[in-house]
Amino acid sequence: MSAFLALLKRDLTLAVREGAALGTALGFYLVVVAMLPLGLGPDLKLLSRIAPGILWIALLLAALLSLPRLFEADQEDGSLEVMATAPLALELAVVAKALAHWISTGIPLALAAPVLGLMLNLDIALTPALVATMLAGTPAISFLGSIGAALTLKARRGGLLIALLVLPLYIPTLIFGISALGFAGLGQDGFTASFLILLAISVASVAAAPVAAAAALRLQMS
Amino acid sequence: MQTLTQRLANPTRFMELSRAVLPWVAAGACLLIAYAMYLVFLVAPPDYQQGETVKIMYIHLPSAWLAMMGYSIVAVSRFGLLVFRHPLADVSAKAAAPIGAAFTLAALITGSLWGKPMWGTYWVWDARLTSVLILFFLYLGLIALRSSLDDESLAGKLTAVLALVGVAILPIIKFSVDWWNTLHQPSTGFTSTVDPSMRTPLLISAVGFTLLFIALHLKAMQTEIVRRRVKAMRMAQVERDEQRFSAGAE
Repeated sequence: MSAFLALLKRDLTLAVREGAALGTALGFYLVVVAMLPLGLGPDLKLLSRIAPGILWIALLLAALLSLPRLFEADQEDGSLEVMATAPLALELAVVAKALAHWISTGIPLALAAPVLGLMLNLDIALTPALVATMLAGTPAISFLGSIGAALTLKARRGGLLIALLVLPLYIPTLIFGISALGFAGLGQDGFTASFLILLAISVASVAAAPVAAAAALRLQMS
Repeated sequence: MQTLTQRLANPTRFMELSRAVLPWVAAGACLLIAYAMYLVFLVAPPDYQQGETVKIMYIHLPSAWLAMMGYSIVAVSRFGLLVFRHPLADVSAKAAAPIGAAFTLAALITGSLWGKPMWGTYWVWDARLTSVLILFFLYLGLIALRSSLDDESLAGKLTAVLALVGVAILPIIKFSVDWWNTLHQPSTGFTSTVDPSMRTPLLISAVGFTLLFIALHLKAMQTEIVRRRVKAMRMAQVERDEQRFSAGAE
């Protein structure tokens, strides 16, 4: 357990001290959300209707951008091999790294969403539901993403490949995030059901994704 | 007592057997598809509601079925590679993926050509269409990952991890897109609600296209085995040249 916490602390410290990764993801999030109204036209009614979709998709893309670095730096300096041979199971090391990714990227992106929602004329009453669904859905994004990051570790053009592999896996998260917000917007009581399924997807990803990611990493170590 | 899959593990034996089987399968596919097309265009009646567009169904249904069968072959082969280290599993999976992707694309295209006159649009974001589109993306991911590494054996194993993750995620995708309203009609299967004048050509067409899939798959596997042999021979040639060169230098 102490090794797990040490690894989590190390990755979080690295994320804070480097800073650039989070700044890039947030900047990308802002730019994509700012570009879409320019492409769609400044109709406020239209924007407020499609704001949840824009915010969710931009969040997926911004999180995707930071995924390749998940194992890359450790692969370059050799610490990934130390983790693979350490007494701590590689699956748990993957959990620690994906958890650090969620805390350092997923949570800040989710918290930035309401501000960007204001630019899209999103109904203020929807803000708590927006942040809640994003906080519930982003663990799935980090953990499913760890599979893609592990699979493309040694691939040529890894950055493009990871998008092709991981985005289809994000579809259930996207669908239930949007449907929960849809119910919240209409004031119907379907919100709880969609929200709980969103949580279930996240929990299942936390449980299953590290096994696949660790298997992919082990194949590349030997 | 060896099982069939164990005996086929030897590539040479597989080549012999598949060379003997392939012409029959290919000829069967040609004959059945030709006969099915004859029945479809000259014998089967137009639908009382859909008119002649119903004939797209005779291609669309077999393609959709082979799209799913293709993914099953890829997934089972990848599982065989990862768990049993079957020597031909990687060859089989690598050969099946593009064929399955082609049939998935065929199902999507024929479906959208049928959708324009019937539904009034080429595409709707309906549950069935969307999940088949995602299946197509999964195929693309498998093909891209398989070709992204120079180390073929590593690429095969990594693709196996992705294929098995895909098996786990496909039902979730299917279930999650069911939240959209469904326009695509549910499957009738080959039940008695379809008139025999249409059911028979459909059945023959389905069997014909399945044979076509098998023939293409066998041929692609043979090509892949030959490609590997050529590669191995080239490597051996390079090594011999290097030895001769270093011997000459001394």
